[in-house]
Amino acid sequence: MTWFLDHYSDVLSLAGKHILLAGLPLVLGLVIAIPLGWLAKRYRFLHAPLIMGTGLLYTIPSLALFILMPLVIGTRILDPLNVIVAMTIYTVALLVRTVADGLSAVPDSVNQAATAMGFKRVRRLFMVELPLATPVIAAGLRVAAVSNVSIVSVAAIIGVPQLGSLFTEGFRLNYTDPIVVGIIACVLLALLFDLAIIGATRLITPWQRVRRA
Amino acid sequence: MNGVISWITASEHWTGEDGVPNRLLEHLQYSFTAVVIAALIGIPLGLYIGHTGRGRFVVVNLVGAIRAIPSLGLLFVSVLLLGPRLDGDAAFLVPSEIVLVVLAVPPILAGAYAGVEEVDPAARDAAKGMGMRGTEVLTKVELPCALPLIFSGLRSGTLQVVATATIAATAGMGGLGRFLIDGLAVRDYTQMAAGAVLVAALALIVDLVFALVQRYVVSPGLTGRVGRASRPRNRRAGAAAAALQPAP
Repeated sequence: MTWFLDHYSDVLSLAGKHILLAGLPLVLGLVIAIPLGWLAKRYRFLHAPLIMGTGLLYTIPSLALFILMPLVIGTRILDPLNVIVAMTIYTVALLVRTVADGLSAVPDSVNQAATAMGFKRVRRLFMVELPLATPVIAAGLRVAAVSNVSIVSVAAIIGVPQLGSLFTEGFRLNYTDPIVVGIIACVLLALLFDLAIIGATRLITPWQRVRRA
Repeated sequence: MNGVISWITASEHWTGEDGVPNRLLEHLQYSFTAVVIAALIGIPLGLYIGHTGRGRFVVVNLVGAIRAIPSLGLLFVSVLLLGPRLDGDAAFLVPSEIVLVVLAVPPILAGAYAGVEEVDPAARDAAKGMGMRGTEVLTKVELPCALPLIFSGLRSGTLQVVATATIAATAGMGGLGRFLIDGLAVRDYTQMAAGAVLVAALALIVDLVFALVQRYVVSPGLTGRVGRASRPRNRRAGAAAAALQPAP
């Protein structure tokens, strides 16, 4: 506890970096996963390759993916961009399936009604299908958010500073306090992301509350 | 990339304690041990919870909670706290293995639980109607029907273990992670990248093996390979199954 009080400004600055490294890929991943998920749902022949291909990317262990990034995108090994791109890949891998499932769960009658009212394909996607699929997509996003926060800490091994740096530092000094503070900070951050997504989902799906009440 | 290929194909990297075969064998040993122990804990417990419905709340929350805990931090705390109490290689091995087991139990447990929970109630009722007792229903109906999700749980747990065993090299373990960590220590990027390629290949092969084994073990009636309409899924169990993705 005293260790935390002596170092809280360092911990806060590491937490800020952690939020960026885990949060930005979440947004990027969602933006990429929506069109891919739509393609997987719309065209049957794309479904299996898209879902299985992204699924395979998800099996690559994080440390290996971080280290392989410079080979793929030509960065230096210490570049935080490696972590951001790798985390975006994981987020996309998790979300493509969720988006496809969420869109498939929209009732046909709703889609037909929207089409009959004159909605064209793109407008129907954004005004009807995506809003209705939001609860499913949000559930996937929560899983991705919590695992992103935890996975990002591994990047401390290759020297990209964030809360995981407390782990490597503590281990180097043979001192558990910073490690325990780091674990607690990571869990709190995961909780924060989770609550933020729940809150945002409630805001953009007001009809869900009405239905429950 | 050419450097990485020539590193992997160079014969001097394929012999001795620091050679690829030995590191691969170590990696497989650590992973296999952890998964077997985790399965011995997780599968019976998951089947019990799924069959009786007791402790359902615990499973769903446990899986989410463990996912939030960073494996690197858990690994280091375990080695720092338990290491000094153990001698020699065990000082690194035992604390790391414990963490691997701790990380593998939740997905395996959730898979077994969700598998049983998701069994068609009609099948369960039919089994009871035919006069089967509780344990018979479990072993003859629920277990075979639960196999696909038990396998997803095992697959997730194994991939999690293979990934974490790589990280465990920072805490002094052997395995393929050594190439990544030792390469980092001497700023030899080629060695790190070669190690990363090997680790990624191992993970993909493990995934593939699981897919193949599942094809042969699971009843064709369940996989839809005999062509039947998909049945509606139990929503709660579906949510638990969605949480089965491993953390790489």
